[in-house]
Amino acid sequence: MAEPILTATDLVKHYPIKGGVLRRTVGHVKAVDGVSFELLKGETLGIVGESGCGKSTLGRLLMRLEEPTSGTVVFDGIDMYAQRGRAMRKLRRDIQIVFQDPYTSLNPRKTVGDIIGEPFEIHPDVVPKKGRRKTVQDLLDLVGLNPEHINRYPHQFSGGQRQRIGIARGIALNPKVLICDEPVSALDVSVQAQVVNLMEKLQDELGLSYVFIAHDLSVVRHISDRVAVMYLGKMAELGEEDEIYERPTHPYTQALLSAVPVPDPTLRDKKEQIVLQGDVPSPANPPSGCRFHTRCFKAQDICSVEVPELVLRPDGAGQHLSACHFAEPRVIVETVDVSDQQPDDIDLGLRDVSDLDEPSFERVGDGTQDG
Amino acid sequence: MTTTTTKSSQSTKTSDGHTYTPVDGRLLEVDDLHVEFHTQDGVARAINGVNMYLDQGETLAVLGESGSGKSVTAQAIMGILDMPPAKIPKGSIRYCGQDLLTMPEEQRRKTRGPEISMVFQDALSSLNPVFPVGWQIAEMFRKHRGMNRSDSLERAVKLMQRVQIPAAKERVKAYPHQFSGGMRQRIMIAMAIALDPAVLIADEPTTALDVTVQAQIMGLLQELQEERQMGLILITHDLGVVADVADRITVMYAGRIMERAEVFELYRQPAHPYTKGLLESIPRLDQKGQQLAAIGGLPPNLMRIPPGCEFNPRCRYAQDVCRTDRPALREVAPGRESACHFAEEVLHG
Repeated sequence: MAEPILTATDLVKHYPIKGGVLRRTVGHVKAVDGVSFELLKGETLGIVGESGCGKSTLGRLLMRLEEPTSGTVVFDGIDMYAQRGRAMRKLRRDIQIVFQDPYTSLNPRKTVGDIIGEPFEIHPDVVPKKGRRKTVQDLLDLVGLNPEHINRYPHQFSGGQRQRIGIARGIALNPKVLICDEPVSALDVSVQAQVVNLMEKLQDELGLSYVFIAHDLSVVRHISDRVAVMYLGKMAELGEEDEIYERPTHPYTQALLSAVPVPDPTLRDKKEQIVLQGDVPSPANPPSGCRFHTRCFKAQDICSVEVPELVLRPDGAGQHLSACHFAEPRVIVETVDVSDQQPDDIDLGLRDVSDLDEPSFERVGDGTQDG
Repeated sequence: MTTTTTKSSQSTKTSDGHTYTPVDGRLLEVDDLHVEFHTQDGVARAINGVNMYLDQGETLAVLGESGSGKSVTAQAIMGILDMPPAKIPKGSIRYCGQDLLTMPEEQRRKTRGPEISMVFQDALSSLNPVFPVGWQIAEMFRKHRGMNRSDSLERAVKLMQRVQIPAAKERVKAYPHQFSGGMRQRIMIAMAIALDPAVLIADEPTTALDVTVQAQIMGLLQELQEERQMGLILITHDLGVVADVADRITVMYAGRIMERAEVFELYRQPAHPYTKGLLESIPRLDQKGQQLAAIGGLPPNLMRIPPGCEFNPRCRYAQDVCRTDRPALREVAPGRESACHFAEEVLHG
């Protein structure tokens, strides 16, 4: 088994709520509330959950864009939150991020060359000044864009192309870990696959580890080796991709999976659907005990009192981490293994083939969800 | 609250007391619709000859990406396009035999709400933030039925209960921001069904919602449709949602219909390269080891739609004829239509 490159222990992030005339702290939004996991070298760890579950905050904590309330992240043997100044800056090279919205995460006044080259301004010793333009062009080529378009501005590109630019910027410093926060959810369906395939290719070529944050369970299944399911700032379940999708033991995971519409009408009546009541409660005032107990179909008295630990629990075939007092496996989606029936001449869309001389569409795709 | 459903050209009386008369069970018929937007940069041809129909009690899914014209079609049917910049140079939209486009505005307003109604994607921006939700739902009864405040509010509470908003009586005076996204969408649905319309258009009703809430809302829509025998037009980009609820599918691309079929047939074997490409490019929850086949490039700019077939620059079946001749939507198998020169190859190959 590969060794961990990043280890998070008991990460907590509470945002204060100010209220009253004196702007005193009257409460806390418990965005992330005790999360521990390991990210292994070269793997993709998918993080799924509904809006407000803390998955984006977790991504920002791993980048140290936010300081945690408590907890530690150890990257390659270094305690990240203990680093200051130069040491921290050096560490930042190794952990980079790709944001959700390709329309707001690129500075409209800068050329693509400046955007992708900016990391080299901050970390000048990575590439000498002379070689930077060439490096940026190589990066453009690597993400499937035409290197000659280095002087264009973001508005001259479509959403999918912009996301390629965001990825190029993310990998510019040869990071070891790339945090991807909903990288394809703002893209149109026909463009999503291009970007997903590109990310898989880059991972193979560069040996990157991904933390892939998304709300789309199908995309996460496709790209992830292991998957963590979050609910209200805590992890409900964590395991290998097939453990989570084929043998989920947590009622929340089971409900989530059953709610995902599968593009196959013949499954319409065969699919069992667990309909959850109501919405996700506010993270400012999460339920006591197990946070899911207010919506859970299995809840009993103990669930509102005692917080279930995220520990190994049997799943029928083996065991994986689950945080439910009454964890037991239940098949929600019948999985078909199609790895041997794929045509060879498939177009992966690794290269962008759009005609760039056409001014592109100035619209965000329909697929956007999380804020 | 049941509607008396009748076949052929008989009138249907809704629970609300008004009647409508579908022609042979047909509620809506769109014929050769064209919509263009006149902007400073030129003319964007958003819809270029769209035909569709909707029968009583059926669900028609209109599937497409951004810019495919699916929402513009809905807005044209509803009569809520801003004109200018929009213009409808050609086409007709008949509701129960009457052309909506040539109807006087006064009469059209009377169809909007009681006859044809719409649920929008973004409930927060579709609701007025400064009025209580109950007041906004009740407005339908005040404006269209001439009810007074207290009666209309009472009806609003009933509707809120019908769309399963908990503690409806207490929350009727609450404002939109005090509700969650899913609850706001329920309020939108309550408004849309208030006058018991014959046609309900749902434009991406669950796109902004979480998947567990999406399941609730789609379930509610289906339930209401069955109960009231509405014709439902579901506009979406989500192939999963369509597979779950639709009877028939219309696939749109760059303002034209690429393919039309009954839902099981379309998913079993698509007859247009675009549909085929879409189905192969989405990851599936129930499959592992799947390779995603991407559709290269991106949808065309509507000001410069390529000559020939709209999809030809991205199509793996494209030949010379595709770059010069625009294929018409034609029947390629019983009950199946495709706008592709090589539809038979796609269908059987």
